[in-house]
Amino acid sequence: MIAGIRIGPGVRLTKMILAALSLCLGIVLGSGALSATASPAPTPTPTSDFTNTLTIGGVLRDGDNVVEGAEVTVEGASGFSEVATSDDTGRWSVIVPEKAEYTVTIDPETLPDGVELRDPDRDTATVSSSEWQTNSITRSFPLGADTRQTTGFFEQFLQRLAAGLNFGLLIALAAIGITLIFGTTGLNNFAHGEMVTFGAIIAWITAVLLGVNIFVAMLIALVLGGVFGYVQDWLLWKPLRRKGVKLVQAMIVSIGLAIALRYTYLFFIDGSTKTMNVGLSDAIVLGPVRITTGSIVSMVISIVALLAVGLFLTRTRVGKATRAVSDNPSLAAASGIDVDRIIRIVWVLAGALAALAGVMLGLYRQVSWDMGFQVLLLMFAAVTLGGLGSAYGALVGSIVVGLFVELSTLIIPADLKYAAALVVLIVVLLVRPQGILGRKERIG
Amino acid sequence: MDWGNIFGNAIGEIISPTTAAYALAAIGLGIHFGYTGLLNFGQAAFLLIGAYAFAIPTLAGAPLIVAVLSAIICSIIFAFILGIPTLRLRADYLAIVTIASAEVVRYIVTTTGLTDVTGAANGLSGFKGTFAAINPIPEGRYGFGPFVYNEYDWWIRIVGWTLVVLASVLVFLLMRSPWGRVVKGIREDEDAVRSLGKNVYSYKMQALVIGGVMGSIAGIIFILPRAVQPANYTTGLTFFIWTIMLLGGAATIFGPIVGAMIFWVVLSLTQGILYGAIEAGILPFIDTTQAGQIRFILVGVALMLLVIFRPQGIFGNKKELSFSV
Amino acid sequence: MSNLDKTSVGEPALTVTHPLVKGEVGPGCAKVDPIVIADSVTRQFGGLKAVDVAHLEIPRGQITALIGPNGAGKTTMFNLLTGFDKPNTGTWEFDGKSLAGVPAFKVARAGMVRTFQLTKSLGRLSVLQNMLLGATGQRGEGLFSSLIKPLWRQQEEENTIRADELLARFKLDAKREDYAASLSGGQRKLLEMARALMSQPELIMLDEPMAGVNPALTQSLLGHIKNLKADGTSVLFVEHDMHMVMHISDWVIVMAEGRVVAEGPPETVMKDPAVIDAYLGAHHDTDLGDLMEDGPNPVLEAERRAREAHPEAASEDDGYAKPEERA
Repeated sequence: MIAGIRIGPGVRLTKMILAALSLCLGIVLGSGALSATASPAPTPTPTSDFTNTLTIGGVLRDGDNVVEGAEVTVEGASGFSEVATSDDTGRWSVIVPEKAEYTVTIDPETLPDGVELRDPDRDTATVSSSEWQTNSITRSFPLGADTRQTTGFFEQFLQRLAAGLNFGLLIALAAIGITLIFGTTGLNNFAHGEMVTFGAIIAWITAVLLGVNIFVAMLIALVLGGVFGYVQDWLLWKPLRRKGVKLVQAMIVSIGLAIALRYTYLFFIDGSTKTMNVGLSDAIVLGPVRITTGSIVSMVISIVALLAVGLFLTRTRVGKATRAVSDNPSLAAASGIDVDRIIRIVWVLAGALAALAGVMLGLYRQVSWDMGFQVLLLMFAAVTLGGLGSAYGALVGSIVVGLFVELSTLIIPADLKYAAALVVLIVVLLVRPQGILGRKERIG
Repeated sequence: MDWGNIFGNAIGEIISPTTAAYALAAIGLGIHFGYTGLLNFGQAAFLLIGAYAFAIPTLAGAPLIVAVLSAIICSIIFAFILGIPTLRLRADYLAIVTIASAEVVRYIVTTTGLTDVTGAANGLSGFKGTFAAINPIPEGRYGFGPFVYNEYDWWIRIVGWTLVVLASVLVFLLMRSPWGRVVKGIREDEDAVRSLGKNVYSYKMQALVIGGVMGSIAGIIFILPRAVQPANYTTGLTFFIWTIMLLGGAATIFGPIVGAMIFWVVLSLTQGILYGAIEAGILPFIDTTQAGQIRFILVGVALMLLVIFRPQGIFGNKKELSFSV
Repeated sequence: MSNLDKTSVGEPALTVTHPLVKGEVGPGCAKVDPIVIADSVTRQFGGLKAVDVAHLEIPRGQITALIGPNGAGKTTMFNLLTGFDKPNTGTWEFDGKSLAGVPAFKVARAGMVRTFQLTKSLGRLSVLQNMLLGATGQRGEGLFSSLIKPLWRQQEEENTIRADELLARFKLDAKREDYAASLSGGQRKLLEMARALMSQPELIMLDEPMAGVNPALTQSLLGHIKNLKADGTSVLFVEHDMHMVMHISDWVIVMAEGRVVAEGPPETVMKDPAVIDAYLGAHHDTDLGDLMEDGPNPVLEAERRAREAHPEAASEDDGYAKPEERA
């Protein structure tokens, strides 16, 4: 990992890491100077992330494929009208003069052959003046009714299956941290999503802004994620444990932390979504399944990381101690295990895994300030489905959630897929409150 | 920097309808968490349901009373759907299920498939007619100092704050009664209450419904000065209501009201001061959008500090109101 | 005591009779006037059969002690009978009404009220409020009637008078307005018992009423329990203090490893070879009284684990802090 850091242009990278660190440490308090040091960094995306321009934009996608060359018109009051054409990443954006109301219209004629609006009547969208919380607003047009007709159900199924497996593994990577923290401290960590976002932002800064190799960026994110977890435990959670703060109180503290971190990210990287253009978007065709190299890389890394965690928990002394603390903290403490040290290790591990998951989530989708929060509930769903506190359960629950999210789109509208997964969570709790894998009773 | 304007705006927040809506939602959440100990992280869903269940019938031509009843009934149904599977579960499961349910209803009203009913991501507008029609205040602008509004704005404020007062009176009456004693007992230890022959499940459900209906009425007040926007009902809204409730004191009568006033006045003040500083060139490295974001960072930090150092809130009694779990 | 070998003493106890018992005295014997009758009640935690009671009757109007070594399943039996836990098999009736599968609050309403081994005083309510919560049939506990004070004011006043009487009897009247959280462990125990009495139960079930109570108070507590009997209330209690068991109980039921191994009047049951066997096991030299002390309890431990794996039950008051205290 030290080697990994040396590869980059030494001094500047160290600066960058320091910047990222203080980003996670010094949450706010007028450290606006940071954005000034970050803005001169070379940025390949022309959306200029640190300026004051107002944009309306979006990414046109047909399933996993980007749609290039489609025309989108943005019209506003006082005769403002401008046309944007989607580029080779499917991205389009229009710079608008003021935070006002606009109408956004896509021209279906300019869509490539075989791609249509999923709902032909939905070719316009509006932006209201109250929406300008950030400098950029995203509007999307659901595409792809046509593909559904041309590809058979079985191909669709396999395609979704692959995507679901990939997504499930990503969730598992992040959710194991949640379950380990819950197991060892009893805390439901609502700020876990922000640890995911943290990893994605670090990778985006290193790989996209600084042009470092994506795998090196991944390592950097992994290490900094671990540091982030360590610092959180050191500065916040351990003192709170000492203070005797109750569980619900701690849970609400984590909510406050999540809000503070989330808006800190927004403060620094603004509200637009960022694409990780790192050369991993080539599609590979495996029989009926079309899959990007990024997805394959992400799956392989997830599996390797999960296996490593599994081996760590079952084969090493520290891992066994971790499980002992999860099972019965007082017994573990009585048998000479340093519980505080184990919890510290769990936080480091959780931070590193969440950051790694964030990097891959950025590759799989995009990077945005609230990406972690969007998947937080899915992680909770996965952990709860698997039975709170069990690492193996978290893995199974995550795969179930991932598969369900993707496969449900075969039947229900894609914009309800997260809702479907959460409904499953509620139904499972109704039938089996102990989770899918949790046994009704257990005895040691 | 125009201090007069900054303070004028901030003072205006004290009686704004948005403050009233947040106060009412926080009073409802206080019944859930402060008095009964229910970890409801889905209060935004009750506001959402109130808003849509009011706006949709109104746009379909229903009279005001029908629309209000629709909002109340829908929130009761939602409380039952939420409560039946979860009120037997451990507290943290209730938290996860309520937050998940709130997201589910938000996804549902945002889905493009329901555009004709809910307006999808664009939301709904044009439902103020029935409420404005019964406004007894003649047209014109009234008031003094920073409190000068037209007849519609005064009407919303009067109705909104009347409802807040009524809700507070209701909470006062409930909590001084044996009914209040039972729910407070449940907050402390539900097994003990059960062993004394009280139907704990039923009381929890009653508390969930009452607090939920207050949330739903808050949802109506919230949309009367604006449009229905599904993006307003994220979990962020729930957490702001939590911050307000904890700020004032979770199990107090005036806590949620004062909490809402402080919350909005402080947000308005920081925004005014930051914007003023940016215009005056004092903060060259941030823009006004970022200034808006700093406020929410402060909300998060304030929530953390509040819960750690003063969990009983401003009005709470240290002995009575520290967290039980 | 070591001379009380089971082979030497076991034989003569052939046809013992007792006024409370129909027929012969022995484990699971039928009572002349039972208030609780339980049949084939079993409860398993994983591989451990915590309770396995074939037949049990509790006499009406008497003070019955339920004793047994740690892990004998006494508290689990309490939980089962009062609806706080669900058995794997079994039926039981109280006063002729079947209570199997009846939720805990209805069991309490039927007149069978319990206390807990770990006290459950409601810390952020005042002592008086704790007491008033115990009163049954309160009109002010209905959602709508609670809003109109005249509907419940008089009942509340009557309950308050009764609560004050009980508080005075239990010497808690000075603490009337204090938060229950400020009481000592023993005082909480007393408060819990007084609170249970507010509901005027037919059968009160006390789980270790003496544990943690100031010795100065034990004598008056014994008096309270005897008074209950005088008032016609049946009492069933779990206790480790053998002096108390010998002193006040009319009948003693002994459990070991989930089963009822012996029962009888206090003066004879302690001589029963099955009891000596159950308590002494391998340590025949130890005095019986010394073994009644607390120690690690395998059933409670198994139960705790089961509850952890079983999230329906509300969580205990476990702080986020100090994980070593969470167990």
